[in-house]
Amino acid sequence: MELIIQFGVIAFLLLLGLVFGRAAEQRHFRELKQKELILREVLVFSEKHPPADQEFRSANLVVGSVVIAEDYFKRIAASLKSLVGGRLTAYESLMDRGRREAIIRMKQAAREAGASMIFNVRIETARLSESDSNRQALFAAEFIAYGTALVPATRP
Amino acid sequence: MEITNLDSIPGKAITRHLGLVQGSTVRSKHVGKDIFAGLKNIVGGELKAYTELLNESRAEATERMLAQARAVGANAVVNVRFATSNIASGAAEVMAYGTAVVVQ
Repeated sequence: MELIIQFGVIAFLLLLGLVFGRAAEQRHFRELKQKELILREVLVFSEKHPPADQEFRSANLVVGSVVIAEDYFKRIAASLKSLVGGRLTAYESLMDRGRREAIIRMKQAAREAGASMIFNVRIETARLSESDSNRQALFAAEFIAYGTALVPATRP
Repeated sequence: MEITNLDSIPGKAITRHLGLVQGSTVRSKHVGKDIFAGLKNIVGGELKAYTELLNESRAEATERMLAQARAVGANAVVNVRFATSNIASGAAEVMAYGTAVVVQ
């Protein structure tokens, strides 16, 4: 009897993760597409040296960050998949979402400052774990994107 | 005080280098946020409470770095880097470091 209840709880959590997690992910990807389209005019470079022939009014550091966690379904799917190895698509999409969201937030900060481009963009990922003795580790990762936003001297 | 993560500040000349300055902070979330995050973890997605927490930490680390820079007489910090590390369960260190300079 206890076993059945235990399985029931796991199945319920899996279903919750699958339904809500997937819906949230699809919504997030739609939002990302929209925002990326709007923020297209802010140019982003990983290049360290801004063009020498252009004058800039100001330069300041802009940061965008987000913490994203896996859902219950992804956790189980990934742990099953790692038995055989190979691509963990459940996590690939998670990383993609986090990184794009961080870049969008950085671009938003740059646009608020009136900047047209961001140079020397660096992207970092930090794992935030939540290991309690009686609970499985929560997988959440922080994504940071930062760079130097440059405001052109002459506005077009 | 100007901050960039470039080698220099565009349009300005660096007249003096004053060395490395850094600021850091260690924070943990409070219990209420933690429980909420635990529930959120069933459906996944952004953990807004953590995003906010780390943003606040980063602002504080940057402020401490700037305080150091001001103390040595700098008016700008270049080549700024951020680092986050998970040092204990539920606590994260956020660090900012860069080179303090005088620009004209």
